[in-house]
Amino acid sequence: MKAKRLRRTSLYIPGTNPGMLANASVYGADSIILDLEDGVPVPEKDAARILVRNALKSVPYRGAEVTVRVNALSTPFGRDDFREIIPLAPDAIRLPKCESADDVREADALMTEIELNSGVEAGTVGIIAITESARGGRNLSEIAAASPRVIALNYGAEDYTADIGAVRTKEGRELDDIRAKVIVAARIAGVQALDSVFGDVNDMEGLYAEALRVRLLGFDGKSVIHPRQIPVVHRAFTPSEQEIGFARRVMAAFREASSRGAGVIALDGRMIDAPVVARAEKILALAEAAGCLPGER
Amino acid sequence: MPPGRKVTTMDTDSRKVFFFTGEKKVIPSIGKKREKGKIVASLEEAFRLADVRDGMTISFHHHLRDGDLVVNMALDVLAKMGIRDLVLAPSALFPVHERLLRHVRSGVIRSIEGSVNGPVGRAASEGLFSSPVILRSHGGRVRAMQAGELRVDVAVLAAPAADAMGNLSGISGPSACGSLGYAFTDAQYADRVIAVTDNLVSYPAVPFSIPQTLVDWVVPVESIGVPEKIVSGTLRVTRDPLRLIIAEHVAKVVEESGLFTDGFSMQAGAGGISLAASAFIRERMKAAGIRGSFISGGITGQSVEMLEEGLFESLLDVQSFDLEAVASLASNRGHAEMSASFYANTASKGCAVDMLDVAVLGATQVDMDFNVNVNTESDGVLLHGIGGHMDTAAGAAMTVIVTPLFRGRMPMIVDSVLTVTTPGETVDVVVTERGVAVNPRRKDLLENLRGKGIPLMEIGDLKKTAEEFTGIPKTPSFGDNVIGIVEYRDGTIIDTIRQRI
Repeated sequence: MKAKRLRRTSLYIPGTNPGMLANASVYGADSIILDLEDGVPVPEKDAARILVRNALKSVPYRGAEVTVRVNALSTPFGRDDFREIIPLAPDAIRLPKCESADDVREADALMTEIELNSGVEAGTVGIIAITESARGGRNLSEIAAASPRVIALNYGAEDYTADIGAVRTKEGRELDDIRAKVIVAARIAGVQALDSVFGDVNDMEGLYAEALRVRLLGFDGKSVIHPRQIPVVHRAFTPSEQEIGFARRVMAAFREASSRGAGVIALDGRMIDAPVVARAEKILALAEAAGCLPGER
Repeated sequence: MPPGRKVTTMDTDSRKVFFFTGEKKVIPSIGKKREKGKIVASLEEAFRLADVRDGMTISFHHHLRDGDLVVNMALDVLAKMGIRDLVLAPSALFPVHERLLRHVRSGVIRSIEGSVNGPVGRAASEGLFSSPVILRSHGGRVRAMQAGELRVDVAVLAAPAADAMGNLSGISGPSACGSLGYAFTDAQYADRVIAVTDNLVSYPAVPFSIPQTLVDWVVPVESIGVPEKIVSGTLRVTRDPLRLIIAEHVAKVVEESGLFTDGFSMQAGAGGISLAASAFIRERMKAAGIRGSFISGGITGQSVEMLEEGLFESLLDVQSFDLEAVASLASNRGHAEMSASFYANTASKGCAVDMLDVAVLGATQVDMDFNVNVNTESDGVLLHGIGGHMDTAAGAAMTVIVTPLFRGRMPMIVDSVLTVTTPGETVDVVVTERGVAVNPRRKDLLENLRGKGIPLMEIGDLKKTAEEFTGIPKTPSFGDNVIGIVEYRDGTIIDTIRQRI
């Protein structure tokens, strides 16, 4: 199921580099982002669009989810990006600068139109909505609910902090508020919450600490800007043995209760609610992806 | 007295004559002798003393790599002396030696028996030589000299440090190159040996690599090399993510191979992927608390660090790649210089490659039978020597070939390699960024590597994956003219390289 797939890491690949486009999926990221937006200078927008279109046509990406970060429809490049990219049916587009539900609806309508005109089943291409402003932050819930295409919420740390007037720091306390908003909105809508990038590609310890922190906050994954960051984030998104052990017991109790047709699940004398079961499922999925469950499932 | 031995009485004159100087044994002459020793004023004089004539075979070593000034210098002198028709027998030639092509055109040089890297190989590919270049591995070159198949009349040995009697060392001087491993062969088997140095040190040059017993003359010159082209500064592990992925796969394969235990030994070159693979293996050795026995072959600063960290007991150094390796050879007890014969000669009484657990080697092409080409590029041009590739592959318990699946638009996994350098029978694993193929002959390895998170694929599927990106390019067409002969380490001919049409 598209919405539930693992997205521990989403790797940005600049749309201007043919070699990197060809090799985008070999680094083991769960999702790749072929970038037409901020990673591409304005004079090269058309060149990148052609390169990414050709990559989608001809490169056999295996294993990874393929997404394209298009330019916002409010820019002069957005529509052309949609026209070239949507007919090739990537798994999703990453829609930047989402301020409100209208931004998502506008994209959704245009995508449906292009899909129908190019023989792609309507609704095929998903949307990962990116919020980069105070207003977008406030509207996250309606953004998440604006279209069934939305599979995940993401935010742009640099633009967001600039917009609210915060200073970027290594500790990242300035992101506490947007992170909380993204997680809550995502959970309400039943979609994934994806964290922003960690900019220092040489600081692996800092990256690990931040990735671990956001996983514990509830995020499903994190964007990365260098392949070297991928194994570090995957390690942070690998549940501990205690977590795995508890999740297994939750799932066992759940299966046992289901087989009896019991509505109430109990573990160690405590009630287990649906969200706890959902979390246990997620932990086991992460554990499996990390290779912690050989031979199971 | 053994039967048949003739008794010769010594005449009184020869008792008074001391050694080759012909001087009488008087107090001041000893000091003078140490100073004068075997020094001759110029290369030209040395060549005259060596009685160099048309058609002779002249050899060189390649420890100064692309910084070497001696090969060009010697050939310019020989050309000026009017010598013609020489056979050149270098252990390897580099791009700096492009200059000698004019001596080929003018008839000073007739042919080459030795590795050619770059422009000389390209010229050979264009049919410049009247007879084919004979390519041998590091071990194969020693074997050929030992067997008398390659007879060297005069060896000209660049020496970063030498004393007047011809004790030679590579660890000091402006052109320090560390190990003189490949030069031992020339010193041992050539009829005449001329040392060329820009760093004459007082007698005796201890520690020496090549002893005075093998050297005829010593020629001091202004400079034998360009230091920054001889050894590199610290070789850094690549940041190219694609190469890092390949290196990570290699480390994983090594870890799960069944060979990764105490006493583990390995050889990995100084190429980007190899260095990175060593770095990852190093981390895994630390994590697993494994203490290895030795690293062999070309030694780098990274190997030195692993020695100093106690991860390996010793380094067997046939050539030193960077300044750290040179310094370590001079100071570390566990860091030993080895000759090419010790390293890789199958006709010796035992060579180091046979003691290796793991060898990580490169390729320009690999085929469906796991044959490896390292000599010719995808366009069929001879651009590289063999090095120790076929020796190490044959000796190591597990030979791992590393290559990106494609370079530019050319697939690196093909139906048949253009040139077989190293036979598939001696190749065990091919590691690319998109998949790892194990030679079906190695069922034991395959068992060990299965289910360990290594992206195992059939070699045919790797080829197909490459072709999804590149298509199947046309192979170049070759005529009948043989421009190169690839000799296997035992002296048999494993392949020939033909001129393109």
